[in-house]
Amino acid sequence: MTGRYARRYAHVVTMPTVPAFGPEAAARLATMADVTASDTALRRFLHGLPGVDAVGLEARAATLGTRSIKTTAKSYAIDLAISMIDLTTLEGADTPGKVRALCAKGIHPDPTDRTAPKVAAICVYPDMVKTAKEALRGSGINVASVATAFPAGRTALPVKLADTADAVAAGADEIDMVIDRGAFLTGRYLQVFEEIRAVKTACQRPDGSAAHLKVIFENGELATYDNIRRCSWLAMLAGADFIKTSTGKVAVNATPPNTLLMLEAVRDFRDAVGVQVGVKPAGGIRTTKDAIKYLVMVNETLGEEWLSPHWFRFGASSLLNDLLMQRQKLSTGRYSGPDYVTVD
Amino acid sequence: MAFEYAPAPESRAVVDIAPSYGLFIDGQFSEAADGKVFKTVSPSSEEVLSEVAQAGAEDVDRAVKAARKAFEKWSALPGAERAKYLFRIARIVQERSRELAVLESLDNGKPIRETRDTDLPLVAAHFFYYAGWADKLGHAGYGADPRPLGVAGQVIPWNFPLLMLAWKIAPALAAGNTVVLKPAETTPLSALFFADICRQAGLPKGVVNIITGDGATGAALVEHPDINKVAFTGSTEVGKAIARSIAGTDKKITLELGGKAANIVFDDAPVDQAVEGIVNGIFFNQGHVCCAGSRLLVQESVAEEVLDALKRRMQTLRVGDPLDKNTDIGAINSAEQLARITELTEAGEAEGADRWAPACDLPSAGYWFRPTLFTNVTQAHRIAREEIFGPVLSVLTFRTPAEAVEKANNTQYGLSAGIWTEKGSRILWMANQLRAGVVWANTFNKFDPTSPFGGYKESGFGREGGRHGLEAYLDV
Repeated sequence: MTGRYARRYAHVVTMPTVPAFGPEAAARLATMADVTASDTALRRFLHGLPGVDAVGLEARAATLGTRSIKTTAKSYAIDLAISMIDLTTLEGADTPGKVRALCAKGIHPDPTDRTAPKVAAICVYPDMVKTAKEALRGSGINVASVATAFPAGRTALPVKLADTADAVAAGADEIDMVIDRGAFLTGRYLQVFEEIRAVKTACQRPDGSAAHLKVIFENGELATYDNIRRCSWLAMLAGADFIKTSTGKVAVNATPPNTLLMLEAVRDFRDAVGVQVGVKPAGGIRTTKDAIKYLVMVNETLGEEWLSPHWFRFGASSLLNDLLMQRQKLSTGRYSGPDYVTVD
Repeated sequence: MAFEYAPAPESRAVVDIAPSYGLFIDGQFSEAADGKVFKTVSPSSEEVLSEVAQAGAEDVDRAVKAARKAFEKWSALPGAERAKYLFRIARIVQERSRELAVLESLDNGKPIRETRDTDLPLVAAHFFYYAGWADKLGHAGYGADPRPLGVAGQVIPWNFPLLMLAWKIAPALAAGNTVVLKPAETTPLSALFFADICRQAGLPKGVVNIITGDGATGAALVEHPDINKVAFTGSTEVGKAIARSIAGTDKKITLELGGKAANIVFDDAPVDQAVEGIVNGIFFNQGHVCCAGSRLLVQESVAEEVLDALKRRMQTLRVGDPLDKNTDIGAINSAEQLARITELTEAGEAEGADRWAPACDLPSAGYWFRPTLFTNVTQAHRIAREEIFGPVLSVLTFRTPAEAVEKANNTQYGLSAGIWTEKGSRILWMANQLRAGVVWANTFNKFDPTSPFGGYKESGFGREGGRHGLEAYLDV
């Protein structure tokens, strides 16, 4: 199916790939306007995507998980993983002090080793954006804010848009929105599509620039792999800069198979439409071993072009400390332990 | 900067290969009567691993006599007692699986990922499974008290040395037979290590005898007058010769021979998983698999898309050191096999098919072949008809399900087939039409001890595995 679209839109794909957040992406997406013209057309398109065989997908993810990443490769992967972290705190009990501490940690993750790379972003609730922005000034680290009534998304569209605009006005560089799972699961695809588009518009700043938009599916609630593939295409057609597995607030979050499936979707989308979209697994990735498995999947599914914080992120909080402990082990030859990393 | 995987070699230190091995007859290792030996080499480096005895007719006779002598007591044991030995063997295989996996990779050339994750777990599973049958033979559907056949002469190939040994020995012993087994000339070591496992398990002397040698040794074994059962896995050519040689005797026989399986991809297939299945179907174990999906039949409307995805995937295959944990494709088992693959692929090009292989560096020593794809293949080409037994895929297209069936069945073989579609009714319809012993749906090259395996037509007869696998070793 995707290949057929690739041929149909051959005039588009012969052009170089453009980033989803760049100015040329809109024109590329416009070439797909026919499939998003109506609810029926969109449904026909999404349901025409090739099916996913669950057993085969899980087997492939498991096989990639057996790659043995040692010595220099491990060292490279650890630093890359640190640089891809959206260091996250999303608790009702968050305080400005905690957010500032997290920001300081994001800038210099290892107090004993200044060569440790900085993280990609600090991810907070909208009311903490201002605090984070100030704490990160000049660091080159982005502030990501969840919005659209995260994590359930159960409010009216105007409220979601106001939530987004508020976070953007406070200085958020990235917005992590949640989709309306109820609308998706009842088959109102166009409603989800329009909502993402509206949030994307709300991400624009008065100066014409825009916060990057990550679209969270909550894979655990979409339940089937077919749904995750359809949702990936839906979000990318609507202009997502990143597609993200989950909120971290439900029982099933990022898993190797559901992330692999999304990696395949962005690969196929790039081939068909010529737009490059990023992927962010979030929730449940706690160890260096896990993180390396995800990087191996990116490497063998998408290749080098996606192996950067511009195109792949980890939504995580405790992962960073494990990466730092493994990093210390590689440089000193000894395991240090949790007393030698900062607890936050 | 690219993500380059640093070498991750599995340690060779876990396996201790002796400079020479004798024949395992009547619980003892001994030299061949005429003192002849041959060398076994590692196909990935051409390094000589060990020297093993070359059994002659006299040694074969001694082994068969030992098995005959042991048969009386072994077959008289209660099934539960035989089961104990089999369970013990299964557990020792598990305990020594790392050692055996490294040994198998060294002697065969296949990647450690496969010996570790596929071969060895299946070997143990086979012994566990048939251990369970040993005291339940009366409930297998072959009568209240089915009797064993006697002495089984078993000849196995080099592609899955230890796994094929397990497929042969586990049901034979469970049913109460004793065995004389000859491993392939190029891969004798794991069978000799298995002999040590038999001793470790305290298996009575003579129940399992391992004789090493070449084709002449195998011929002497199957032609021995005191053998009751011949079990052979290998080429169709040798299988036919064995069938001829035992014609007119009362020996029972099972043959598991060659294949040229069709892996059939419909336009509604789960494409990404189908591509994985195609790769697993033909590049698993360097394509040295009798049931390999060596013919890809892809529906015209998705042919271009599937081939693009397949080529992209083939570029990520890692060819090299079998002991590196990240290797996907190891070494070709022997110079002889490499020559055969080379000859057939050259014939493919000469007959007009288009050859494609990803760019990849091959080691300078040892026997290697790039994963290769042929498009524009027709039913008339040699590469669509003959078993290549290497990492070479021939791609054909079809328009209708009926055409797929016709092309899939148009072969002298009939061992396996694969169907890729999201439509359940089509899977069932296709499975009924295909003349193949194993039909996989939305998967390929999956094995399980509970599932019978065997062929139609020139792929042989008799079934191994499952309840059906017992029949070959019972007097029914």
